[in-house]
Amino acid sequence: MYKAILAAGICVLAMTSLTSAQEKKEIVVASEGAYPPFNSMDSNNKLQGFDIDITNALCEKMQVKCTIVAQDWDGMIPALLAKKFDAIVASMTITEERKKQIDFTDRYYRTPLSVAVPKDSKIKDTTTASMKGMSVGAQSSTTQAIHAEEVYGKAGAEAKLYPTQDEANADLANGRLDAVVSDKFVLVEWLKNAGKDCCKMLGDIEGTMSEAGIAIRKEDKDLKERFNKAIKDIVADGTYKKIQSKYFEFDIY
Amino acid sequence: MTFRDILGFVIDLDLLDRYGWRFLEGIGVTAQLVAISFTLGGALGLLLALARLSDKGPLRWLTGAYIYFFRGSPLLAQLFLLYYGLGSLRAFWTDLGLWWFFREAWSCALLAFTLNTAAYQAEIFRGAIRSVPRGQREAAAALGMHRAVTFAKVIFPQAMIVCLRPLGNELILMIKASAIASLVTIYDLMGVTKLAFSRSYDFELYLWAAVLYLLIVECIRRLWAVLERRLTRHLRAGDLPQPAQRNGLSRVTKTALKPNAQ
Repeated sequence: MYKAILAAGICVLAMTSLTSAQEKKEIVVASEGAYPPFNSMDSNNKLQGFDIDITNALCEKMQVKCTIVAQDWDGMIPALLAKKFDAIVASMTITEERKKQIDFTDRYYRTPLSVAVPKDSKIKDTTTASMKGMSVGAQSSTTQAIHAEEVYGKAGAEAKLYPTQDEANADLANGRLDAVVSDKFVLVEWLKNAGKDCCKMLGDIEGTMSEAGIAIRKEDKDLKERFNKAIKDIVADGTYKKIQSKYFEFDIY
Repeated sequence: MTFRDILGFVIDLDLLDRYGWRFLEGIGVTAQLVAISFTLGGALGLLLALARLSDKGPLRWLTGAYIYFFRGSPLLAQLFLLYYGLGSLRAFWTDLGLWWFFREAWSCALLAFTLNTAAYQAEIFRGAIRSVPRGQREAAAALGMHRAVTFAKVIFPQAMIVCLRPLGNELILMIKASAIASLVTIYDLMGVTKLAFSRSYDFELYLWAAVLYLLIVECIRRLWAVLERRLTRHLRAGDLPQPAQRNGLSRVTKTALKPNAQ
């Protein structure tokens, strides 16, 4: 018993010293797994999607061994700060508010926010005036949640926030929500699959084009540079295009 | 120095200005959600307990199955079953004219919590009712009292004394369990905390939430002490106030008066 505890203690110590090593040969990357087509779980509970393919390509370029773990969206940034992993590749939008806590690499894709509505919806467009009195859903702790709350909410809409995008989509499909705000490509993907019978795209929200970057801790300057270089490299050598064509018919970089 | 300045030593005033009101609203939502579901659950639980104690087999068996299911599966699963599972049958509920109920996250959570706590409270009531000695019932029957009157006037008041503390436990557990309502878009205390945290990433907010939950539980603890004193007042009716000079005596004197008392 005594020895087992001692051994466990040594293991923990060994692991912490490993992650704090300067020149990392192995890094742990977190993604979410509920944001198709960027990241989702396949039938074997393994992460897949654009974010995952990009991560693997980047790790290959940086010549490090990457372990990709799934983490709930709400706890993503706190867990990064607590050194549970070294980077987040989960379609995280680069925002000033997040930059106070963590650092971002250069973007690896760009997306506007869009709105999806039921097919028989009477909402005309994505302006704030049209959303008055509507219940608008979004995933919590995201840029779209802030938009739903601060922009639509202030104009008289009821913002409802969900732990995952899937749950917001489910509530749009079963009629609890009048609209859902999310990254455009996520809604496009959903409307092609599960949401194709119930819902349609209303349109992009003007002035919301934003960049998704890889989140890392502020002190990991070196890792940031290596990621930035790797992003440039995969864009330059066509790897990015190849991955992109698996998911999208247009350029999202 | 104002009260605000003193408060500033303990908590972040900027956060308080931004989210203080929302936290108060969150407490209100949590309190309402738990108070309503606990009360309705109590009424349902009492009925279930009576059915569970009935001499009719099917009734016993059905309530047994209900209690088995609701105590045996996680509240979160029950809430999701109700909210997303039953919520997806929109056409069916619209036909029945019940969609307004299942549309709202609030009523779904209320229903899930009520059904869940009813199962636990049923078992508490059942145990308490069975703890009342058989002789009480026999005595009431000998006096020619109707079964309903016997229950209302003899059995139930005595059972309440037994089940008061376990019910208090259940209420406290419900308050903490109600935090999962935040997962279905309800801005209860936990929902507000998560919202505020997602903007500020300040762990202090979770500490606020913990302290606020603690305060609610403390209020209940005190309320329960009052309730217990009231329910057991007849047991203390014979107690006379302690003679005053007894307390005034020193320990040495007491030992001298009663050498064997330790």
